[in-house]
Amino acid sequence: MTKKKKKTALVFFPAFDWAISPTHPEREERLLYTQDQIFEEGLLDFDNIVEYKPGIATVEDINRAHICVPDAQSVTMEPHLISAGGAITAAEKVLSGQADNAFALVRPPGHHAMLVVHGARGFCNINIEAIMIEYVRKKYGVKKIAVVDTDCHHGDGTQDIFWHDPNVLYISVHQDGRTLYPGTGFPDDFGGPNALGATINIPLPPRTSDEGFLYALDNLILPILDDFQPDLIINSAGQDNHYSDPITDMRFSAQGYALLNEKLSPHIAVLEGGYSIEDALPYVNVGIILAMAGIDYSHVREPDYNSAALKQSDDISRYIEKMVQYIGNQWKQRHAIKEKLVGSAKHAGRKKNIYYDTDNISEQQEETVRICRDCGGVVTIDSTADTGNRIFAVIIPALSCDACRREGEDIFEKTEKGKYRHVYLQDKDRGVYLAK
Amino acid sequence: MILGIDVGGTHTDAVLVEGCDVRRKAKVSTDASHLLTSLSRAVKAVLEGENPLKLRRVVLSTTLSTNAIVQGKVDKVGIVLPSGPGLSPSHFQLKDPVHFVSGYVNHRGIEMAAIDEDEIAGLASTFHDQGIRHAAVVGKFSTRNPLQELAIKDMIGGRLRHVSLGHRLSGNLNYPRRVATAYLNASVWETYNHFVGQVLDFIREQNISAPIYILKADGGTFKISDSAEYPVQTILSGPAASIMGVLSIVSCHEDAVVIDIGGTTTDIALFARGVPLLEPLGVTIGDYKTLIRGMKTKSVGVGGDSAVSVEDGNLKIGPRREGVAAAFGGPCPTPTDAMIVLGLTSIGDRQKAAEAIDAVAKEMKSPVEETAERIVGQMCGIIASHVGQVIEDVNNRPVYTIHELLEDARLQPRVLYLVGGPAKPLSANLGKLLGCSVFVPEHAEAANAIGAALARTTAEITLLADTERKVLTVPETGTQVKIPAHFKMADVIKAGEDMLRREAVNMGADEEDLELEIVESQEFNMIKQFFTTGKNIRVKIQVKPGLIAVLQ
Repeated sequence: MTKKKKKTALVFFPAFDWAISPTHPEREERLLYTQDQIFEEGLLDFDNIVEYKPGIATVEDINRAHICVPDAQSVTMEPHLISAGGAITAAEKVLSGQADNAFALVRPPGHHAMLVVHGARGFCNINIEAIMIEYVRKKYGVKKIAVVDTDCHHGDGTQDIFWHDPNVLYISVHQDGRTLYPGTGFPDDFGGPNALGATINIPLPPRTSDEGFLYALDNLILPILDDFQPDLIINSAGQDNHYSDPITDMRFSAQGYALLNEKLSPHIAVLEGGYSIEDALPYVNVGIILAMAGIDYSHVREPDYNSAALKQSDDISRYIEKMVQYIGNQWKQRHAIKEKLVGSAKHAGRKKNIYYDTDNISEQQEETVRICRDCGGVVTIDSTADTGNRIFAVIIPALSCDACRREGEDIFEKTEKGKYRHVYLQDKDRGVYLAK
Repeated sequence: MILGIDVGGTHTDAVLVEGCDVRRKAKVSTDASHLLTSLSRAVKAVLEGENPLKLRRVVLSTTLSTNAIVQGKVDKVGIVLPSGPGLSPSHFQLKDPVHFVSGYVNHRGIEMAAIDEDEIAGLASTFHDQGIRHAAVVGKFSTRNPLQELAIKDMIGGRLRHVSLGHRLSGNLNYPRRVATAYLNASVWETYNHFVGQVLDFIREQNISAPIYILKADGGTFKISDSAEYPVQTILSGPAASIMGVLSIVSCHEDAVVIDIGGTTTDIALFARGVPLLEPLGVTIGDYKTLIRGMKTKSVGVGGDSAVSVEDGNLKIGPRREGVAAAFGGPCPTPTDAMIVLGLTSIGDRQKAAEAIDAVAKEMKSPVEETAERIVGQMCGIIASHVGQVIEDVNNRPVYTIHELLEDARLQPRVLYLVGGPAKPLSANLGKLLGCSVFVPEHAEAANAIGAALARTTAEITLLADTERKVLTVPETGTQVKIPAHFKMADVIKAGEDMLRREAVNMGADEEDLELEIVESQEFNMIKQFFTTGKNIRVKIQVKPGLIAVLQ
């Protein structure tokens, strides 16, 4: 099998001296056997695979993607800054032209961290992809970005951060939320009113195997990407869809992951979850790295792989076909749905209850967005957590229009600190972050 | 007295070191087809009139294995690989056919598939029929569990001269490199052992009874009898000899750069706090990336005799060498000629040097002196930029813990040691470019042989304790022993130090002069369903490369 070789940058940072707690799945040896396998297969000796040290993300980097309460320093530790820094380094290598694509094999993950951060949820404090995306928008002026999240859990954090953003297409393929944390990510969750269709959720039933994942990829994800025409494709490369993962119930394999990566051909892949540290991660990661670098991966296989035993049922196949068709139709009708939904409203609002399982915090949010045909729309958030912190935030979107900018600046100026711990202004368009 | 010999590609050097002094030295040209002749001429020159019984040790550095590999004068090898799934077989292309066989172990050393005895027996007959007498057996993750390699050796060894096993050659993980390393070991085994026989005969004839050591690529020595089993460890010992020689002459304790400027090439090496830096995984020879522990050196294609030419109005130096400098009757202008024109050195025929540089100057349409300055400046610039790159490479080496990443220990050499012919003439220029104080050590022309003479015995040991499986594995010695479930990091280190000390003394080290260093120590909990089931402890200990004495 001859393939076109690509120059792949690998940012490998296993953080061998850090764990959430001693027996937590997100602990020191999570990437230990992955390291062993990568080393033993000699992947770093390939001329077209180059390893880089991660950078360290700054407070400024975090503030482009999050409203941290009370501030970024209080909700992060060094491991989070290095993990986000690793994602940024990966993006840097691609956008500066040093590599064709890049894989940030870093921990801890980030896709459950939402726009407002009161603490850690789903093993995540800050959203490393979102921080990377805002960094490349600011530094390289990248306009349209697609994130394909192949972690088994719905990436509710990434979805939340880009919910109103028409220029970031977020596609999540995950185990059905009725059967797994965080319990969200259904086909009708389709993006905010100004960005309808820029969020796509594909909940797959438990015990879906390679066949089902690749069906959704070929018949839904790739055609949508073709329509959207992103400048940059990012894979949130969670590896917990693997058949051996201890906390999920799917039947994806190393070959499946590699093939998915080859077809998707992301510019940047970022590791998310995946806790079968001995039986899955070593093989899945080797498969993904080879696929990204354009090297034959057809001989990569888990020792206990048995395709017959992992085959999905006909019921599952039929279910997925129907769902793919439904979502595909919605995508095609996204403009019409938007007209009907928005009507003549000037603003739209929603209320959210958010639970931080890792830190045991509850948060209530009221969010309002200005209906806008010219940009993502200015967003305001009033958030109260049971830590006692209440905050108010104004978010001016990337590529904002004048009207949204004026409204956002006006609200920020007029909002008194009073009952709030802080009032924040996050201006994604100009890269300004203010707190009072 | 110690006798040090370096049989290099061009010259063979021998020195006699007594106490802290070089008592005698000799240099003869190497006859590549009769290495023993070159060796005996150099040795006889320094031993003439000396009492050979006063010799305490003899150390030899030889290019024999290196040359055999580079020139492809190697034996056919039967390559047996219980590799399991992973990288495509097409990536394992060696000079001889590769036989993938059943069986493999995983990253924890657990057997995932068994060996097929009939298949191995079949291979043994094939080798026999094809006249193959040397084999290499290399399993994926065999450093984590060597039993399959050992079993295959038992099955095929009987009809072969020698079987090289992957796990014995290094404790590092990297299967393609392990395959290449074992293959190379097998391919030069016969040639090398023949040479060892000759050397031993010659030494006996000289009435020398001192123990004989061979220099390895990491700048350490091992007994000649051990070298007979692992000849591949002797490749690229030449640069290591020179670096150890410089170290013995200058007694360095800080970060430093060593530059050896030869006729065709310039070699760069680094000291970190006075210790030579090694390649993280292993040295590269020709097209083969290996797991041979060796010094990190970089060879740059410029030297004193590099051809100087003008291309599209630009000066070009090297990488070609047409012959000696014009000042010595060579065919074209060289940096050496430029140095002569500038009065940086007074060797050779000044008139001839000037004429050669004048030709370049005319083409460049600039005055002779200025042209000479530009040649020397450009050569130093090339060398300095490569030094910068090597330092950056080292400083960019990935680290895998938050502690190391934040600590960010960087190599910052402020001292430069220069050896080789053009060392003195270029010292001011290079020192300025690199921001270093420059030293041109004495006896530098025999640094290689001195380095060999004074190098310490080195060894390395890798330990993996898996307390869930209750096994301690040591690839370098091919041992797997039972350990209790409560085995701790301190126990692993203690066991490792004891083993390494025994091993090093067996290899010829002086028990009094053993500086052990823990290169790596990591400990991980193994957890199943939120319960700790054991520990995975990884330790690497080395005998630090160094010297048994420093010259005064």
